[in-house]
Amino acid sequence: MKMLQSEGVETIFGYPGGVVIDIYDELEKTDIRHILVRHEQGAVHMADAYARTSGKVGVCLVTSGPGATNTVTGIASAYLDSVPIVVFTGQVPTHLIGNDAFQEVDIVGITRPCTKHNYLVKSTGDLAYIIREAFYLARSGRPGPVLVDLPKDVSVGTATYKEPPREIKMRTYNPTIDPNPKMLSKTIDALLEAKKPMIFAGGGVISAGASEDLTTLARQLKIPVTTTLMGLGSFPGSDSLSLGMIGMHGTYRANMATAEADLMLAVGVRFDDRVTGKVETFAKQAKIIHVDIDPTSIRKNVPVWLPIVGDCKKTLEGLNALLKDREIASSVESRSPWLKQIEDWKNAKRLAYEQKDIIKPQYVVERLYALTQGKAIISTEVGQNQMWAAQYYLFDRPNQFVTSGGLGVMGYGLPAAIGAKAANPDRIVVDIAGDGSIQMNIQELATAVQHNLPVKVVILNNGYLGMVRQWQQLFYDKRYCQTTMDFQPDFVKLAEAYGAVGLRATRPDEVDAVLKAGLAETKPVIMDFKVEREECVYPMVPAGKAITEMLLT
Amino acid sequence: MNNFIADASSKQRVLSILVEDKPGVLSRIAGLFSGRGFNIDSLCVASSNDPGESRITIVTPADHHLIEQIKKQLRKLINVIKVQDLSEVPAVAREMALIKVQAKAEHRAEILRIVDIFRCKVVDVSAGHYTIEVTGNQGKIEALLELFRPMGIKEIARTGIAALSREASKTNGRN
Repeated sequence: MKMLQSEGVETIFGYPGGVVIDIYDELEKTDIRHILVRHEQGAVHMADAYARTSGKVGVCLVTSGPGATNTVTGIASAYLDSVPIVVFTGQVPTHLIGNDAFQEVDIVGITRPCTKHNYLVKSTGDLAYIIREAFYLARSGRPGPVLVDLPKDVSVGTATYKEPPREIKMRTYNPTIDPNPKMLSKTIDALLEAKKPMIFAGGGVISAGASEDLTTLARQLKIPVTTTLMGLGSFPGSDSLSLGMIGMHGTYRANMATAEADLMLAVGVRFDDRVTGKVETFAKQAKIIHVDIDPTSIRKNVPVWLPIVGDCKKTLEGLNALLKDREIASSVESRSPWLKQIEDWKNAKRLAYEQKDIIKPQYVVERLYALTQGKAIISTEVGQNQMWAAQYYLFDRPNQFVTSGGLGVMGYGLPAAIGAKAANPDRIVVDIAGDGSIQMNIQELATAVQHNLPVKVVILNNGYLGMVRQWQQLFYDKRYCQTTMDFQPDFVKLAEAYGAVGLRATRPDEVDAVLKAGLAETKPVIMDFKVEREECVYPMVPAGKAITEMLLT
Repeated sequence: MNNFIADASSKQRVLSILVEDKPGVLSRIAGLFSGRGFNIDSLCVASSNDPGESRITIVTPADHHLIEQIKKQLRKLINVIKVQDLSEVPAVAREMALIKVQAKAEHRAEILRIVDIFRCKVVDVSAGHYTIEVTGNQGKIEALLELFRPMGIKEIARTGIAALSREASKTNGRN
């Protein structure tokens, strides 16, 4: 406990059980806030969003066996999105390990491939140091989840508390933070020489806290910026240099610019398949400069002209510093045809939809953007709701958009909204959901009500598992096999049953009123929008195609 | 460039991996290979000269791009101290095998002659079998197996390759 306080832990998301009763008994004596969830998966997503929106390490505490296995999806999501969390799991006493004891599972074995590192603590005396190391690993280098498994006898046992040193030095772990200066000046030369440069920014920029440095660099050199889904908010979405999102559901101008660019400065990205499409054709004309703190990301998927291993913030700071001594006006001037071309692409194929008699999901997101002045923290579920949120809500600040990018977890959004609200009580937090996804962790509505965390849920309700249905429409001759949700609960009554507020809009002219009423509520709210059932997310790049081969309508 | 499937241009690489001797470390490495679709041709693990450290030798088929990714992924594991690609530097590589071969009366002399030529040892004798210990590079062991095969090999136990670089190798810090 002392160690948790020494790490500055203020909030823990958890669920008690047999082997962690003693830990809970001690927790009660501290001033650490404990948020009691309704399912352990929810606890991990909450810790994940808490970490992303507070800049601190998220912490979970669950029991052994099923408590531990229920965390796996959340841990895997945090791993793929590089989010710093520490998950404490209870374990049966050491003398019973391997005995198939009640509620025993080898959670260290199960989570080995989806944690940055994990520990089975064998003695109480090791505990303090392991906790220090776990937090250090979670937040340093490329951040990620760390699991600490605590057998009952270890957590019950006593040992003399000796505070481990604040500064951890590990012989086998020493991430490269400072970029190679030669590489930096080479990058500056390339950026100034290029006629069609672009910046490609990802979640690494956000987790390094480098958004401002990126924005400075891009604005000074007038280089357009596209981001990944995880990178939304790393560069202001409403800036004229913003190309929007890249990839499968990226904007026309972002994907066209990628194909035409002669130089791509890729920062904190990993060239995921949803970004590159057919990888052989990706950014074919461009020399790629790739900045990442994790060497395994570099040259994993695409050839790289100039690799820079280092912290994104240090690297961008270094580039901005070098730029001070350089003449940039003529270089910026020479690139005006490129910016003109991008403007033409933008005007040719904007994101668009037509609002007629039935509510369009895009309209709901656009109205939400307007009514929150673009300032809300937005979490999403996964599927069409996630893509419309990414396309139609413009994010001007980092850590404003919280989504399960890599693993794509349906059921992420509601607990994530609760975690974000716990870290930001004064901000409006909205989960943009689908009617399928919201039911995957709907039980956490009780958590929101109990702990007075008034999150808002916007359900874009089309009665389908919409993204899969869209694929079936486009590529499977409209055979909507098992994607029709013919039966669903009455979400308004469901909200009321949980002690939350339920609202519904069925016509376009009701959208604003429902959003305004919902946003003004002091309780958690579900807003159920009956939207156009067969609306599709466009642009769309069919799987395996080049990202220029977009379906636009 | 994209997929981690060893193709025709790949060759056998010998990786020497120095690790902290902690529970689960072998499973972390084996899991990394299986989870990412890398192959293991042979694997040899034992303690090193430093207490608290073990040396793992892995032989894996990989082309240039793949081996870079394998090395980086291994270095990313928290318990890995050092990874060295012994295919890139002068190195010695040896394997030991125990071969239980049928020893019918008419073959006994021939088996012993082969044992003598290959400088191996007979380590166990029974009424119908010899068990032979051989150490050498893979080629030598394969050649020996080829000679014994017509006489009937009952069982084989091979250690997999253990290897060290020829130059003095630094063991501090990550490579």
